[in-house]
Amino acid sequence: MKVTLRNPRRELEIPGPLTVVALLAQLDVSPESVLVIVGDELVTHDAKLSDDAEVEIRPVISGGCI
Amino acid sequence: MKCRVCKGPAVLDVRRHNAAFCRDHFLHHCEEQVRRGIHQYKMLAPGERVLVAVSGGKDSLALWDILVRLGYEADGLYLGLGIGDYSDVSGEYVQAYVRDHGIEDHGHKLHTIDLADEYGMGIPEAAAATHRAPCGACGLSKRHLFNRAALEHGYDVVATGHNLDDEAAVLLGNVLRWDVGYLGRQHPVLPAAPGFVRKVKPLVRLGEREMAAYCVLRGIDYQVEECPMAEGNRHLGYKEVLNSLEDRSPGSKAAFLFGFVERGHERFADTAAEERDELRECTVCGAPTPGEVCAFCRLRERVGAIEIPVDISTPVDISTGPAEG
Repeated sequence: MKVTLRNPRRELEIPGPLTVVALLAQLDVSPESVLVIVGDELVTHDAKLSDDAEVEIRPVISGGCI
Repeated sequence: MKCRVCKGPAVLDVRRHNAAFCRDHFLHHCEEQVRRGIHQYKMLAPGERVLVAVSGGKDSLALWDILVRLGYEADGLYLGLGIGDYSDVSGEYVQAYVRDHGIEDHGHKLHTIDLADEYGMGIPEAAAATHRAPCGACGLSKRHLFNRAALEHGYDVVATGHNLDDEAAVLLGNVLRWDVGYLGRQHPVLPAAPGFVRKVKPLVRLGEREMAAYCVLRGIDYQVEECPMAEGNRHLGYKEVLNSLEDRSPGSKAAFLFGFVERGHERFADTAAEERDELRECTVCGAPTPGEVCAFCRLRERVGAIEIPVDISTPVDISTGPAEG
């Protein structure tokens, strides 16, 4: 599957199928710190990602202050 | 996963609530949490005019969107910080939200202030002049200018997009330093006082993952990239620590924050009240300050944007993090 990460933006190819939680563990990403988006849809941590999925792992942590 | 409410396919799990939601019930969950927070802490009264501090990020745009949907008279204020392309893009997200979501058609207004044009400094110049972390100059400028704009335009209250994660991280920082003044002011509502409008944080019952999901599901485009000047700041480090705890024990952040608000805050409130009682008017701009000249005017002086007579000029002492004040 094609996985897009941000901050900095980069793309990885990772073999599927995998569950979201397994993908995040493989990338050492805290599930609390990201949204996982397949196409235009949000997916839950138990969702299974196919080998041809296009996945965005979008960080949600912001450090600025208002 | 199934939606806790309708048992349809879920789009987001919220481990803190041991629940998952479909799109519609998640959006309802967000609005309900804001409504409960406003009621619980008496943040807003019917008919009050609210000024929402909007940055182009997920939290502030989601906050504005929810307040408008809940029927509040909520206008926005965008502050251009002069951080190169990052500020340009952030401002474009705010403009796009206003345009694409019919904000002005529904009677709401966007105010804008450009720090460099109107006050003679951007955040990079301010940070360079003080030799301090840029987040300190940024937070100081925002607090000063949002309050001033609210007073000038007759708003009753400033609402900011601080969420549960922000507040828990600020609390951790304040506890690590045992900063009793900041602890006394850390609350979802900072009451009005002479020279200050009330400040409220209606997103305090929602985490930042929920706010990002809210924007995605509502079709609100926002600035995903991190501020280039925030890299490595302490606030981000505190969030990493808290998220590590949250992964092991969901609900830890909420227990930490709301335990303090309900059982700890009162113990520090007197110190904060005493500090506020000692404030007087800045001799340059009239804002409340503990000295002769407020920190914002002293910052402008350091950058060279204004001159202050030598007999009343004092060193700049700004916070290096996003502490409350």
